[in-house]
Amino acid sequence: MATGVFSEGRAKIAQRTLRTDKWWIQPLITVGVLFSFIVYATWRALENAHYYAEPLISPFYSPCLSTTCVSGSSLLGTPFGHILIFGMVLSPAFIILIFPLGFRMTCYYYRKAYFRSFWMSPPACAVAEPHAKYTGETKAPLIVNNGHRYFFYIGLVFNTLLTIDAFLAFKNPEGQWGHMSLGTVVLLLNATFLWGYSASCHSCRHAIGGRLRHFSKHPFRYKAWTIVSKLNTKHQNFAWVSLIWVAFSDFFVRMVSLHPTWNKYFF
Amino acid sequence: MTLEKHKYDVVIIGAGGAGLRAAVEAREAGLSVAIVCKSLFGKAHTVMAEGGAAASMGNVNDNDNWMVHFRDTMRGGKFLNHYRMAELHAKEAPDRIWELEMWGALFDRTNEGKISQRNFGGHEYPRLAHVGDRTGLELIRTMQQRIVALQQQDAKEHGDAEKNMKVFAEVTITEILKENGKIAGAYGYRRESGSEVLFQAPAVVIATGGVGKTFKITSNSWEGTGDGHALALKAGANLVDMEFLQFHPTGMVWPLSVKGILVTESVRGEGGILTNSLGERFMFKYIPDVFIDKYADNEAEADRWYEDQDNNRRPPELLPRDEVARAINSEVKAGRGTEHGGVFLDVSKRLSAEVIKKRLPSMWHQFYELAGVDITKEPMEVGPTCHYVMGGVEVEPDSAAAVGVPGLFAAGEVAGGMHGSNRLGGNSLTDLLVFGRRAGKGAADYVKANGANPVSDAAIEKAAAKIEAPFTSTGGENAYTLHQELQEITHNLVGIIRTGAELTEAIEKIADIRKRSGNISVTGDRKFNPGFHLAFDLDNMLLVAESTAKSALLREESRGGHTRDDFPGMNSTWRQVNHISSFDGDKVSIKSQPLPVLPKELFDLFDVHELEKYMTSAEIAKGGSN
Amino acid sequence: MARTLKLRIWRGDDKTGGLQDVTVEANHGEVVLDIIHRVQATQMGDLAVRWNCKAGKCGSCSMEINGKPRLACMTQVASYPEDEVITITPLRAFPVIKDLVTDVSFNYKKAMEIPAVVMPEGMKPGEPRMQQVDVERSQEFRKCIECFLCQNTCHVIRDHEENKKSFSGPRFFIRIAELDMHPLDMLRNRKKTAQEEHGLGFCNITKCCTEVCPEHIKITDNAIIPMKERVADEKYDPVRWLGSKIRRREEVL
Ligand SMILES: Cc1cc2nc3c(=O)[nH]c(=O)nc-3n(C[C@H](O)[C@H](O)[C@H](O)COP(=O)(O)OP(=O)(O)OC[C@H]3O[C@@H](n4cnc5c(N)ncnc54)[C@H](O)[C@@H]3O)c2cc1C
Ligand code: SF4
Ligand code: SF4
Ligand code: FES
Ligand code: FES
Repeated sequence: MATGVFSEGRAKIAQRTLRTDKWWIQPLITVGVLFSFIVYATWRALENAHYYAEPLISPFYSPCLSTTCVSGSSLLGTPFGHILIFGMVLSPAFIILIFPLGFRMTCYYYRKAYFRSFWMSPPACAVAEPHAKYTGETKAPLIVNNGHRYFFYIGLVFNTLLTIDAFLAFKNPEGQWGHMSLGTVVLLLNATFLWGYSASCHSCRHAIGGRLRHFSKHPFRYKAWTIVSKLNTKHQNFAWVSLIWVAFSDFFVRMVSLHPTWNKYFF
Repeated sequence: MTLEKHKYDVVIIGAGGAGLRAAVEAREAGLSVAIVCKSLFGKAHTVMAEGGAAASMGNVNDNDNWMVHFRDTMRGGKFLNHYRMAELHAKEAPDRIWELEMWGALFDRTNEGKISQRNFGGHEYPRLAHVGDRTGLELIRTMQQRIVALQQQDAKEHGDAEKNMKVFAEVTITEILKENGKIAGAYGYRRESGSEVLFQAPAVVIATGGVGKTFKITSNSWEGTGDGHALALKAGANLVDMEFLQFHPTGMVWPLSVKGILVTESVRGEGGILTNSLGERFMFKYIPDVFIDKYADNEAEADRWYEDQDNNRRPPELLPRDEVARAINSEVKAGRGTEHGGVFLDVSKRLSAEVIKKRLPSMWHQFYELAGVDITKEPMEVGPTCHYVMGGVEVEPDSAAAVGVPGLFAAGEVAGGMHGSNRLGGNSLTDLLVFGRRAGKGAADYVKANGANPVSDAAIEKAAAKIEAPFTSTGGENAYTLHQELQEITHNLVGIIRTGAELTEAIEKIADIRKRSGNISVTGDRKFNPGFHLAFDLDNMLLVAESTAKSALLREESRGGHTRDDFPGMNSTWRQVNHISSFDGDKVSIKSQPLPVLPKELFDLFDVHELEKYMTSAEIAKGGSN
Repeated sequence: MARTLKLRIWRGDDKTGGLQDVTVEANHGEVVLDIIHRVQATQMGDLAVRWNCKAGKCGSCSMEINGKPRLACMTQVASYPEDEVITITPLRAFPVIKDLVTDVSFNYKKAMEIPAVVMPEGMKPGEPRMQQVDVERSQEFRKCIECFLCQNTCHVIRDHEENKKSFSGPRFFIRIAELDMHPLDMLRNRKKTAQEEHGLGFCNITKCCTEVCPEHIKITDNAIIPMKERVADEKYDPVRWLGSKIRRREEVL
């Protein structure tokens, strides 16, 4: 039976949409970027090499928790030993990547992005979606999205670790402090963007003050909430910049591990 | 087709602020209520009110009280107001606002957490409760939600939300039915299907709002076709003082398609200044004698007033609307207008962009989206627009009962008397609530005392025949064309400045259009057919225009919303006279009726020297009634 | 600066209908509603359209123009290129009545299902004290002019008629949020009912409601997402759930 815009009683119009603008460009770009990222990240995780170039560590592999990690890369030790799947060593990157992946999969902004571009529900506003049924986030597995705040908390741990990584990048390859290189800048920016992404998160906005009913009784939290709210309007931008920069940071570390001279030292 | 019939205790025509408040009151008094309106529920014209609702709560300046408000209202109306209405209004307005808050309204707040109040033309103290510049929306949504809340109660108690109160949206009432000289019900059609509806009810409350669509340039929506005025006339009630129409000084003038759309007075309340094409702040030249001690005569003082209102006089931009509208009209006529025939209104000099967007958000949008003007950077172009009708159904102040027709009540813009010759901004919204409530109560008391009054078949047949007429007519007149012709006539001949000769001409021309309107034929069928709808609205507008032109011809003075070029001054003898319109089925006739005399206790609220400017020496000597 | 416009206007009723070509003059500064009125006055006397204020304040003139849900009175003709044919249709999420007029009663039914504000017991008119910062969030939602464009564009019901019974739509999520954030409202089960009765969970925050809202209400960011977070506090966050059992924080906040 016809449903949606073709339902009984609605205006009889044959087209799924009468939009004349190029509404499909946006979802197409989203698919392009996200897909490229996934391909790159998977390849890099499987590569399981070139993620550490004293003192730089790739954010895909930090903190490296497995005994297979190259020496110097395991800030928090190696509690996992090494994990074998089908007789193959699991790349330590997967243990790490699963968390940011969860964070981003449940992110309110990325939900919009992937529901529109991958799932096409809807591909764009007032463009009929191709599905016959729709239950949104009322059932498993999508109901998990309601737990976004837990991924947000975990995200904070990672942000902290990656910030430490950025500070460690003030060393030179010989381990002496007080130096700064291109890599330092790359990792610092990486940490900054990630903090921006987390700070502008909707769960953060809620926790910081959004859940209050009387702002007037909590002046400090209100102030914090107004700041987070401002950042929050830029959450989409932080989401993309931080994503792309994480990949770039990893790429940079990889290149440095292959060509140490690429990491120009300023002092 | 079988006729759709309903029985209620009270039928309320109109779902604006007045109608909804009346409905709540009648329902709470235990009666069953039908609310009938021409558009969807929640879209009535009240939604467009911007600036605020005047009530002397004294939240911002505690010198304010009902007596000050009463004085301002009388002054604004040039003492032609029905004193009792102005008194009730001033006394009850605060309660009506506070009640809205209990029903969920969220007004802007003061630092103490009370309802904030803003300045407005003619009000001595900051008095307008407001929400940004969308106060009417807040009011109507709150009333709408109150109605829904009462319906939810009924649903819980009786399993039927519409048991005691039902909204009939998109139904136009074409006739008020009477039996034995008393109200028996109302008749109309569903806009959607064109099918007819009969309401049987011993009491009818008219709350149909204004008449702006009679004019070419107006801030009113299509609903402002004076239906209630005409329905009341046809039912045998009177209209009082129909010559008084308020031309709001600041309507948009460009582009043409938005000409007339209102620019809220809050723009001036927040510090907007008016200048002509020479860059001159011209309002200083137009302060009338009666206001000389209340308004600043130089820019420095006017500017200081925004910071210190106790020690400075107000800027003349905040004079009552009739004064400002005439001033703008004169400037434009003298060749000092803008390219599109208006003057400049500028807030960008006094307020920062951020503050403008916060305090006047919908004005910012309106100009940005409709005229491509950014009011945080550039001035607006504005000119007078037909905004409000002070005249209306003659009612008993305490019960809002229409004089002469038992069972008929009227409240809101459609009722006359409250505002005299000119309404102060913000007084309408509280007028709706105060008298809406009184009309609801009046109707409830009436129904309890009188019981049902069945409608006869003859009356139904007559009403039905009228609705069918435009479909059977082969006269070939087009309702849209006639409407445009009427608007030209009123605009050119009954507009902001009038003369005896022009009014006489107007009366003839209106009669001519009336004759032709009998030959309107419509194309298409009954289903949601705007041409068919307009045929009825036009008939109402013609009656209103006739009554306005005739009253205006008789009043040989200039006062408030009535300016005669041939009789420029205000005349104390004319202040003692109301003009009463009545209809004999063929034409409107006007008679003079003495204005009720101010009782002593209200008379004494004024400084005698002030009253001397308005009243004859005999009246002053008498010092009010009893 | 008059120009000749080519339009396609949908005409018909709940059974049949289609796009009809019309050519009409347009003047400088005119909006689509002006054009429709001109067509009405000169060519199609019985063309059905709803409107009231012609100033974007009443939310009556909702329709779809070139496939996008919009207010006709706020859509400038000049925003379309000279040679573009402008297609005008009724809203496509609701049953059509005639031409550009649709049956929006769905929305009034949903409004009926949300309990009004409940003020503290014993509080009398004139007594409420509320701070501006505490009412501001709810005030944003009260800007709603009930144009129902958000409802119309929301794919949950636009594309799935069967969801109408269990989904109230963005207009009513902001109403619930308004009341939940109201500083004095005493009815405290609004989060629960939002999720269980009004179908908040159906929303996948794809933000079309925000995109079309003529009042620029941030429906998703400021109402739906905060409500989802509030629902999570109560239903999906064991830590907070436990906390709320131990100390009844709601009143204190
Ligand atoms: C742009 C603008 C701004 C304003 N700003 C302010 C302000 O800031 N402060 C202030 O105090 N006042 C203001 N006013 C004035 C005020 O808004 C109106 O006077 C007031 O809203 C009128 O309310 P009402 O209840 O009498 O009627 P309306 O709100 O006009 O409602 C009339 C109702 O009657 C119905 N109706 C009419 N005819 C029929 C019929 N034949 N059959 C069935 N139903 C019918 C209509 O459908 C409608 O529901 C403003 C007016 C305008 C135009
Ligand atoms: S964000 Fe949610 S409510 Fe808004 S349109 Fe999308 S699905 Fe509907
Ligand atoms: S929220 Fe916006 S789009 Fe939705 S009904 Fe209200 S004003 Fe219209
Ligand atoms: S990270 Fe995007 S909303 Fe939390
Ligand atoms: S007519 Fe009121 S919003 Fe368009």
